[in-house]
Amino acid sequence: MDAWSRFLDTFFKRELIEQYLPSILKGMLVTVEIALAVVITGIALGLALAVVRAWRLLPVNALIVVFVDAFRALPPLVLVLLVFFGLPNVGINLPSFAVLWVVLSLVLAAFAEEIFWAGILSVPKGQWEAARSTGFGWLATLIYIVLPQAVRLTVPPLTNRTVAITKNTALGTVIGVPEILNQATTGQSFSGNATPLMMGAIAYVVLFIPVVALGRFLETRFAWRRA
Amino acid sequence: MTTERPPILEIRGLRKSFGHTEVLCGIDLAVRPQELVFIIGPSGSGKSTLLRCCNRLEEPTGGSICIEQIDVMAASTDINAMRRKIGMVFQSFNLYPHMTALGNVTLALRKVVGQSRAEAERTGMAALERVGLSAKARSYPAELSGGQQQRVAIARALALEPTIMLFDEPTSALDPELVGSVLAVMRELKDGGMTMLVVSHEMRFARDAADRVIFMDHGRIVEQGPPAQLFADAREPRTQAFLAELTR
Repeated sequence: MDAWSRFLDTFFKRELIEQYLPSILKGMLVTVEIALAVVITGIALGLALAVVRAWRLLPVNALIVVFVDAFRALPPLVLVLLVFFGLPNVGINLPSFAVLWVVLSLVLAAFAEEIFWAGILSVPKGQWEAARSTGFGWLATLIYIVLPQAVRLTVPPLTNRTVAITKNTALGTVIGVPEILNQATTGQSFSGNATPLMMGAIAYVVLFIPVVALGRFLETRFAWRRA
Repeated sequence: MTTERPPILEIRGLRKSFGHTEVLCGIDLAVRPQELVFIIGPSGSGKSTLLRCCNRLEEPTGGSICIEQIDVMAASTDINAMRRKIGMVFQSFNLYPHMTALGNVTLALRKVVGQSRAEAERTGMAALERVGLSAKARSYPAELSGGQQQRVAIARALALEPTIMLFDEPTSALDPELVGSVLAVMRELKDGGMTMLVVSHEMRFARDAADRVIFMDHGRIVEQGPPAQLFADAREPRTQAFLAELTR
């Protein structure tokens, strides 16, 4: 057997592709479900925390900073294992899907909070003053004047972070979430061949290239010339 | 000028401290209807702080401020409602960069006053018309010159039909050739009967348009009078020194 056919046989074996395609597709669906859930709850929670922080209540802000720093410092895998194997000891049994969703949402929320907060801080004080001087209250100023400007600045870093976190759905494999990597490694151990893993890798590329492209589109769409 | 009518703005014993630094040390000032009062003074004299206390962008430490006999400081006063009656124009324009000129002018009309979009745009276009910029309604701030931006900012305040307008160094950030267009708009407001309190160093405009000029230094009103009198023969040595410095 020459090298080329050995390569094909190792990574692109036809029978295995046909055999494992259904489970990889199932895995893609699970990955998409978790990723969407994580993005929605993580970004919403991050935005909510940034808004609360903008209220500038010192004790509350201290709590937010502690949460944010802890979740940015910890490897997500540690959190996934800690929650999945720790919580049952205190009588809380969460399905693995829920554990992954909660942990990744909190991690994304921590990063998103910092990004939104930086965005809010970058809006000049004069914008607040102009809005307040025309009768806008604090929250209305934030909603109508500050956040629309802050969010534009947050699109590039938020896209990066979102892609990074959603790729962490692969961590679900260690707690048995049937996502792409889990399906791929299962296929690999049954077949003794790397073809299912290669299929998993391609599945990730297929899923995430559009997300990256969307981020690029949003960056240009939301850009506007500064005064 | 009628002295019988009650003042639009009445400030009594106004104090403001930042930490241990007292910036305003008891200011008494009344602005009558349709009066244009000019405040001059060296930087750090508290002129801007005085202006910003009037709509509580700065929280006064003591004293009282009344707009049309309503106490701005009272807990029972809806400060957001009061601020609509107090138009404010800033040195750095502070237009919303993500909105068109018309968007800037109509935002408060729609979201604070509660007008429909069509109604707000009618009011907004009329305000832009008053500052000579109805042709630029769809332009974004970045597409406008500094002078045009400041006129949009004036229109934004005007659209809310304020009873008094506060101008905080409205021409200081402008290139010299753009100052005239902003002053022309202010002049028209004055001629239209607007009550105005202006912090500025445009001495020629003060001489031409102001009813009264106030000289402030170290948080106090040192001297005041009609521009002709104050500029020609100020009594206080500090005023004389400041004016001499300006006209040098």
